[in-house]
Amino acid sequence: MTAPADASSHKRQRFLPTLFRTTAFKLTAAYLVIFALFAAFVLGYVAWNAKRLLDDQIRSTIDAEIQGLAEQQRQGGIRRIVNIVERRSRAPGASLYLVTTPVGERIAGNVEAIPPGTLDRTGESEIEYARSSETVDTPSRALVRVFLLPAGFRLLVGRDLEERDRLGIVIRRAAGWSLALVLILGCFASWFVARRVLKRIDGMSETAHGIMEGDLKGRLAITGTGDELDRLALNLNAMLDRIGELMASMQQVTDNIAHDLKTPLTRLRNRAEEALRTAKSPDELRAALDGSIEEADNLIRVFNALLMIARLEAGRVSDNMSELDISEIVSGLAELYEPLAEEAGLSLASDVAPGLKVRGNRELIGQALNNLIDNALKYGAPEQGGDGTVAVSARTIGDQVELSVADHGSGIPEADRGRVFDRFVRLDTSRSKPGFGLGLSLVAGVVRLHGGSLTLEDNAPGLRVVILLPVGSPKPVDTPALAEPAASTAAPNPAGVPIH
Amino acid sequence: MRLLIVEDDAEAAAYLTKAFREVGHVADHAADGLEGYAMAEGGGYDVLVIDRMLPRLDGLSLIRSLREQKDDTPALILSALAQVDDRVKGLRAGGDDYLPKPYAFSELLARVEVLARRRGAPAAEPTTYRVGELVLDRLAHRVTREGQEIVLQPREFRLLEYLMKHAGQVVTRTMLLENVWDYHFDPQTNVIDVHVSRLRAKVDKGFELPMIHTIRGAGYMVRDSAR
Repeated sequence: MTAPADASSHKRQRFLPTLFRTTAFKLTAAYLVIFALFAAFVLGYVAWNAKRLLDDQIRSTIDAEIQGLAEQQRQGGIRRIVNIVERRSRAPGASLYLVTTPVGERIAGNVEAIPPGTLDRTGESEIEYARSSETVDTPSRALVRVFLLPAGFRLLVGRDLEERDRLGIVIRRAAGWSLALVLILGCFASWFVARRVLKRIDGMSETAHGIMEGDLKGRLAITGTGDELDRLALNLNAMLDRIGELMASMQQVTDNIAHDLKTPLTRLRNRAEEALRTAKSPDELRAALDGSIEEADNLIRVFNALLMIARLEAGRVSDNMSELDISEIVSGLAELYEPLAEEAGLSLASDVAPGLKVRGNRELIGQALNNLIDNALKYGAPEQGGDGTVAVSARTIGDQVELSVADHGSGIPEADRGRVFDRFVRLDTSRSKPGFGLGLSLVAGVVRLHGGSLTLEDNAPGLRVVILLPVGSPKPVDTPALAEPAASTAAPNPAGVPIH
Repeated sequence: MRLLIVEDDAEAAAYLTKAFREVGHVADHAADGLEGYAMAEGGGYDVLVIDRMLPRLDGLSLIRSLREQKDDTPALILSALAQVDDRVKGLRAGGDDYLPKPYAFSELLARVEVLARRRGAPAAEPTTYRVGELVLDRLAHRVTREGQEIVLQPREFRLLEYLMKHAGQVVTRTMLLENVWDYHFDPQTNVIDVHVSRLRAKVDKGFELPMIHTIRGAGYMVRDSAR
């Protein structure tokens, strides 16, 4: 059974490099370095100041003694100094004293050995010395001062530095300990904090991984504290929801295609098959082929419309936007459809305020309005004796442009108004007319893409479709569209589909 | 008319060459972009029909390269990419027309013939179009037939102008929608037919022979039926 052992050693081998790579480790290390530098600086500053303070104290003691002795000398001469020095030298914890003749012979004092030349330097110096009473020959350190007495005699007064040096050692040791403590505590503290944060991030990672593995319903946990991580999780969840919607819409498109394209395809196939089987004359065959081409063209239009709607819903058509004179588009379309309306026994009235500007895609808005007018002409025939006017209008309302197409036909029952925007929805009343049930879906997609709103109203009788578009459009997402050849999506151009 | 068809799908290419030859044109075929470029550079073609997605050198690059060589043979781009921006990109690359797949051959033929004619036409457009006894004065905005003035709405005038500019050639409904109305979307109805029949009522009514002819399965043509 070597496998588990192998596995665990393998795991250990991988653990260290992994540890070094974690953000927790990096953060901890960075904090520690900063802490340690700071602590070292503080302790160093304290130690240096303490030493300076002690030195000052020692110096002033020495100065005071020398002044005192110099005073004595003036009053009682060398002899007096020698007496005082001899007495003081025997006291416990005494300072260091030495009185010498001009040639350097020792007269009095408690200093046994000093480095040669010390006495030649008047003033202050730090030396190693040996006390006459001590037997140990390890030299001590002292701060001394040499004072020139009359007739070449010299006086040396000093203080042992052991005390000061001991303090230095104490401070250094304290610094060591506290640094170690800072390091250890810092280690734990920052590791703990980093772990807490990073654990949540790891949790997010795991959830994301789960979602990628196929758990599409999975969402990131929200702690409710409203901190950055919560906000991140909220946004990611919103993103996941949007992706879910898009996937559902794609799924719906696929289903629609499967269902609604197979029907005409079957019809096309049947027609060809029947012609093969039963057609007797070239004319009959020709008629069947004409019918087949027509059927195929219809299929292509449905296909194009579906693709366009899918792209609109995916929000991928936002390029190729520019400032449009919507008045010109509406009047142009009204003019285009006017003869057709007349032929259908209706009249097309347009009431268009001039110079309305909207930011958008000309083909898409044109197609949307075209669909609405086309619908109005198809379904807008009034009941006997009714008003046969289809009214197209464009005007500004506040900071929005309102476009509307209104007819006096049978309208859309309120209950159905929500679902007519879905793909392939055809109300029973319209089944007798040609169409695929895609027109309004497309309009809805175009309006949403332009950041507008679309409502169906009762025109009593009839239907009034109202589109509100922001003036000039607030979305600057699309400026590089035309200047950027790499941009690859926009509205389909179904105009290229032949319809004969 | 000499045509070069650059299309990598062998079946589509065979169909196109055959169809163009049947209507009396000379059609050559190149199966990839580089071959197409070499043949087009050899010159002598009136129109290039270029598939957008080609092996070795894509259609847009092919056209761009030709334009850099100052070769301005009219080029029509065929593409399965039927988006508005794709069309804009195709035209910006130097293409003269853009037809999304799938297309009707009649549509392609009409557009190719218009392109070929445009090449031979003088740079400046004439101020007057004349077809038989039908005369359209572009400067005075006046139309007469056999000396009688025909009063047209501005849009009807532009419709007739476009038809007469391409007199003797088939003009499809899509071409009319694009060129007279500048719309590049699918109206899904026979709007154009209604406009043409209105125009026809004004131009042909009261005369023995029609000027505006319906070409079945393709579109319309202005032609002097007297000759």
